[in-house]
Amino acid sequence: MEQLQQLVAEARDRIEAATDLKALDEVRVQYLGKKGSITAQLKELGKLTAEERPAAGQKVNEAKAEVAGLIEARKEALAQAALADQLASERVDVTLPGRRPGPGALHPITQTLERIETFFAGLGFRVAEGPEVEDDFHNFEALNIPEHHPARAMHDTFYFDAHRVLRTHTSPVQIRTMEQQKPPLRVIAPGRVYRCDSDLTHSPMFHQVEGLCVDTDITFADLRGVLSAFLQAFFDRDDLATRFRPSYFPFTEPSAEVDIQCVHCGGEGCRVCSHTGWLEVMGCGMVHPNVLGHVGIDAEQYTGFAFGLGVERMAMLRHGVNDLRLFFDNDIRFIGQFGQTG
Amino acid sequence: MRISVQWLQEWLQIDETPEALGHRLTMAGLELDALEPAAPDFSGVRVGHVLSVEPHPDADRLRVCRVAAGAAEPLTIVCGAPNVHEGMRAPVAVVGAVLPGDFRIKRSKLRGVASEGMLCSARELGLSEDAAGLMALPSDLEAGLDLREALGLDDTILEVDLTPNRADCLGMRGIARECSALLDRPLHAPDMPGVQVASEARVAIEVRDAEACPLYAARVLEGLDAKAATPVWMTERLRRAGVRPLSAIVDVTNYVMLELGQPLHAFDAGRAGERIIVRRGEGGESLTLLGGEQTVKLSPRDVVIAGEDGPLALAGVMGGAASAVDDATTRVILECAHFTPRALAGRARAHGLHTDASHRFERGVDPTLVPRAMERATELLLAICGGQCGPIEQTGETPAPHRESAITLRPERVQRLLGITLDGAEIERILRALDCEVETVGNGWSVRAPRARFDLEREEDLIEELARVHGYDALPQTLPTPVAPVTPDNALRSLRDGLARRGFHEIISFSFVAADTARAFYPDVEPLALANPISSDLAVMRSGLWPGLVTTAAYNQARQQPDLRLFEHGLRFVPDASGLRQEARLAGLLGGRAAPEHWEGTPRKIDFFDAKGVVETLCERLSGELGFRMERHPALHDGQSARVLVDGQAIGWVGRLHPSLCERFDVEPVYLFDLDAVAVARAPVAQFSPLSPYPSIRRDLAVVVGESVAAGDVLAAIRELDLELVQDVRLFDLYQGKGLNPDEKSLALGLILRAFDRTLGEQDVAGVTDAVMQHLQARFNATLRQ
Repeated sequence: MEQLQQLVAEARDRIEAATDLKALDEVRVQYLGKKGSITAQLKELGKLTAEERPAAGQKVNEAKAEVAGLIEARKEALAQAALADQLASERVDVTLPGRRPGPGALHPITQTLERIETFFAGLGFRVAEGPEVEDDFHNFEALNIPEHHPARAMHDTFYFDAHRVLRTHTSPVQIRTMEQQKPPLRVIAPGRVYRCDSDLTHSPMFHQVEGLCVDTDITFADLRGVLSAFLQAFFDRDDLATRFRPSYFPFTEPSAEVDIQCVHCGGEGCRVCSHTGWLEVMGCGMVHPNVLGHVGIDAEQYTGFAFGLGVERMAMLRHGVNDLRLFFDNDIRFIGQFGQTG
Repeated sequence: MRISVQWLQEWLQIDETPEALGHRLTMAGLELDALEPAAPDFSGVRVGHVLSVEPHPDADRLRVCRVAAGAAEPLTIVCGAPNVHEGMRAPVAVVGAVLPGDFRIKRSKLRGVASEGMLCSARELGLSEDAAGLMALPSDLEAGLDLREALGLDDTILEVDLTPNRADCLGMRGIARECSALLDRPLHAPDMPGVQVASEARVAIEVRDAEACPLYAARVLEGLDAKAATPVWMTERLRRAGVRPLSAIVDVTNYVMLELGQPLHAFDAGRAGERIIVRRGEGGESLTLLGGEQTVKLSPRDVVIAGEDGPLALAGVMGGAASAVDDATTRVILECAHFTPRALAGRARAHGLHTDASHRFERGVDPTLVPRAMERATELLLAICGGQCGPIEQTGETPAPHRESAITLRPERVQRLLGITLDGAEIERILRALDCEVETVGNGWSVRAPRARFDLEREEDLIEELARVHGYDALPQTLPTPVAPVTPDNALRSLRDGLARRGFHEIISFSFVAADTARAFYPDVEPLALANPISSDLAVMRSGLWPGLVTTAAYNQARQQPDLRLFEHGLRFVPDASGLRQEARLAGLLGGRAAPEHWEGTPRKIDFFDAKGVVETLCERLSGELGFRMERHPALHDGQSARVLVDGQAIGWVGRLHPSLCERFDVEPVYLFDLDAVAVARAPVAQFSPLSPYPSIRRDLAVVVGESVAAGDVLAAIRELDLELVQDVRLFDLYQGKGLNPDEKSLALGLILRAFDRTLGEQDVAGVTDAVMQHLQARFNATLRQ
C-alpha cells in the first residue's frame, strides 16, 4: 500500500507538470487506464485475504478518485488558460476606424423643403406639383398679371416662344390645383423656379414653396396665424417675432410681406439684416377674386390665402450659409456638412 | 422715391422723428429703404460774397479774394477754383469750421499770403460730386448767413421703395396724402396762385389717338430767359430728390413732376413748329433723343408727339434732341398730357429706356392733374425766367376728381376677409383720408375712388386700404379650422434617404445646360432652347440628368475628391411630336474607390456592378420583375451599358460613361444610372408570405455554357421553370480557363430548395436538378462540369 501512496504522489507531480490536454491524457492513461499503474493495484487485491480485501479495495478506489479529481481540476485550469490566451490573441485596437460606406447627405435645399413640407402636412397641406416649362396663362394671365403689367417686368422671365416660359414662381401650381379640384383646398407646391438674373445674390434657378388654403371661412387672421406658427417652428424659436407689412402682388388682395426678427443678431441690427433688425422672408395675401374667377371658384362663397417663400433664403438663414452660389456648385464638402438630421 | 421731410412739411405737419415716420410708412406698405441726412455734418460754413479777386503774387493758379462773410471786415481768402469771380456768392468755411471728414479750417499761409478760411465746392461740403469749381449760391442770399440755415440743410431724406400699384405716391402730393391718412392729420397744399394769360401765342393740337392720350394740354410761353438761375430752394429740393439740376426750364418741369407726380415737357417753340400732333409712330421713322446719344426706331406700337416735319418726342418717355430747349431758348411749348398705362406699357423698355416719366405713366398718373400741373409749371417758369404765357390749349375733358363707378363696401365682407370687425366710423375716416368719396348705403358704403388711385377697383382693394392704414399687426392671428394632418409622400423620400445612407451626396444642378453638352449626351434629342438664355452655357433645357452629374463629378475631382457617389432628382425636358415631356428622373453617378480608404488596405475601384447594385437596391421593393438588357446608349461605354427593365418595360439605364465623354468633360471613369422617378417610387405595401418550418437543402451545380450566353438569361431560364421547390437561385462563381474550351464558361449555381409540408429527400433534389439541367441543355446546350 505504500506503493499506492507513492503512485498517487507521482501522479500529482506529473499532472501539475502537464501543460496541455494531451500530456494530461497521457497521465490519465498511465495511472488510471486499463493498464494504468493504479488500476493495476486492483489486480493485486486477489493476493490478499478476504478480510483484507475490502479495506484495501477502498484505498485503491480512493486513490483512483483522487487522481481523477486532480486531472479534472488541471483540465479546467488548462481550459481557462487556453481561453485566456485565445482572448488575448484576439484583442483588437478598438480605436481603429470602423468599416462603413462613406458619409452621404441630402442637399440642404431638399432638407429645407422636407422641413417645410412636414410642418404644413401637420396642418393638412398636401404637396402638389406642376410643370417647370409653363404656359403664359398659368404663370401670368390667370394670376392677374396681364401682358404689359409692370409686375411682368419685375419677373425677368426666361421664355421659349410667345406662349411658353420657365415658371418664374411656383404660383402657377395654385392655378393648376384649383383647375382640378374644388375647395376646401390645402396645398403647398415646392419646386424649382427661374429668373433671368445672375449675380452674387441671384441665381437663374432657385426654389420656392407656394402655399394655398381655400375654404368658406379663411381670413387674413388665419394667414397671419399659420405663417407666424410656421416661422417659429422652422427656426425653432417660440418667441420669434414676425411682422406683416402691406405689399403688392397682383394675385392677392390684401397682400403682405412677412418679416422675421433677424435670426443673426436677434433684432439688434447687423449686416445680414441691413441694420434694420428685420429679414424679409415671405410674400402672402388673400387670394385675389380675379384669380378665383379664372378657375371658376365663387369668390363670394370662398375665400383663401396664398403665400410664397424662397427656399434658399430660408436655408441660408437656418444654416448660416453666406453665399447663394454654394447651393449650386455642389461641392461634396459643402453638401457633406448637412448630415442626416437636418 | 426720395422724400425730403422738410419738403413734406410744406404739405402737413410732421411731429414724428424721421425714423418713426419711416417706420409708419414701412408698416403701411411704403417700405423705407434708407434714411439719410440732406447734408453731412459740417459747421462754420457761411454764405460768402466775393468782393474782389486779385492775382496771387507768387502763384499763377491761385487768386487772392476779399470775401464778405458777416464779420465787420471782409476776409482775405486764397482760392484756386477756376470759377471764382467778383460778385459771386459761394460757401465760405471760416477759421474754426469743421468740414465733412473732420477737416478743420485753420488760419494758414498759401505761398506767402495769409488765408482766413476756404471757399468751398459742393463736393467739399458733401452735397454732390461736383468738384469743378466753387458752389455758386443765389445772389439774393445775405452774406454771413450760416449755410445750413440758408439752404435748410438740416433735413432728412427718406428713401422709400414703392410697389407698382402706388404710382400715386410718385409725387410729394401723393406722399403727403398718404401721410395725412396714416397720421390722421390735415393736409394743406402749398399756395399755387396761378397765372394771368398775357399773350396771344397759341399752338395747334391734333390728337389722333385719343385712347392712348385722352388729355393733351399745351401752351406757348414767350420772352423767357433760359439762362436765369434756378432758385436755390428748388435746386436743393431737386438734389434731395435725386434729380440733377440742369437749367431753369428743365428744372421747373422736373420740380412739378416731383411735387405733383405729373411729368411735363418743354419744347423749344422755334424748333418744334406751330402744330403738335399726337399719333402712333410709323415704320421707318426714327427719333434722336435728348442728349443726342441715342436714336430709336419707331413703330406703330409707339405713341409719339410729332410736329409737321416728323416726331419730336417719344410720348410719355423722353423728348427729342432736335426740339430741346437750350440757353438761347426764349419761346417754349409747354406740354402736359395724360397717357394711359395701357398705351405706354412696355414701350420704354422696348427701346432700352426707363425714365421718370415712363415710370409714372406706365403705372398711372392722376388725369385730373393735367391743368393743375400746367398752371403750376407756368407760374414757376414765369417767376424764374420772366416772360408771359399764352392760353392753354387742351384736347379732352379733365375728368372729375373721383371715378364715376362706385364700389360697394360691406362690413360683413370686411369681417370675412380680415377676421375682425372694424368700427364703421373708423372705416369712413380712413377712406375719406385717402381721398375717397364715401356714402352710406344700407349698413355699408358706396365708395368712389380718387383718380390718382388706379389700384382701387373693387371691394377687396378697399379692404386692403382699411387693413393697411389700421395696421396689419393690429389685426388678430388665428388658425384655420383644424383638419386631419396628411402624410407626406414617403416613397421618394425613403429612396433619397437610402441613397444618402449609402454614401451618396445629393446634388442640385441647373436645369439648363450648353446646347452642345446636351447633344453630346443625348444626340437623339433636339433640346428645348431658351429664347433669352443668360449665357451660352445655360442655353437649352436638359434632355437628361447626366450632364449635371458628370460636370459636378469633374468639379469635385478637380478639388481632390476622387471618390464620388452623387445623385439628383429632377425633371428632364424632352420635346417630341406631341409637345414637351417633362419627366421626373432619379439619376446617379459613382466613381473612384468602392469604399472609403481604410487601414485594412486599398479598396478596389468602383465598377459597373456597383452601379448596377444601386439600381437593384432602388428597385427591390417594386412589384415587377427587374431585368437588365445589354443595349447601347450614346453616352455610355459600348460594352458596359444596359437598359433597366421592370416587367420588360424600360425604366432607365445603367452603365459606364463613354471614354470619349470622359475625355471631353475631363472626368475620371464614372458609372451612371438614370431611372424613371415615378416608376421607382411606385413600390407596393410589403405583403407577408408564410415561412416554412422545414429545413432547406442547397445543391450546387457547375454549369458549362457558351461564352456568349448571358448569365442573367440562365438565371431567368431557371426561374421560368417555376419549380415549386426552388426557393432561390444564386450565382456564386464564374470561371473561364484551364479545363474548359476557350469559348466556354462555367457558372456555379446554388439552388436553394425547400418545401412547406415536409423535409426534402435525395429524390426531391435529384428531380429538381434533372429538370433544371434538361431545361438548360435544351435552351443553352449546357452541360454539367466534370
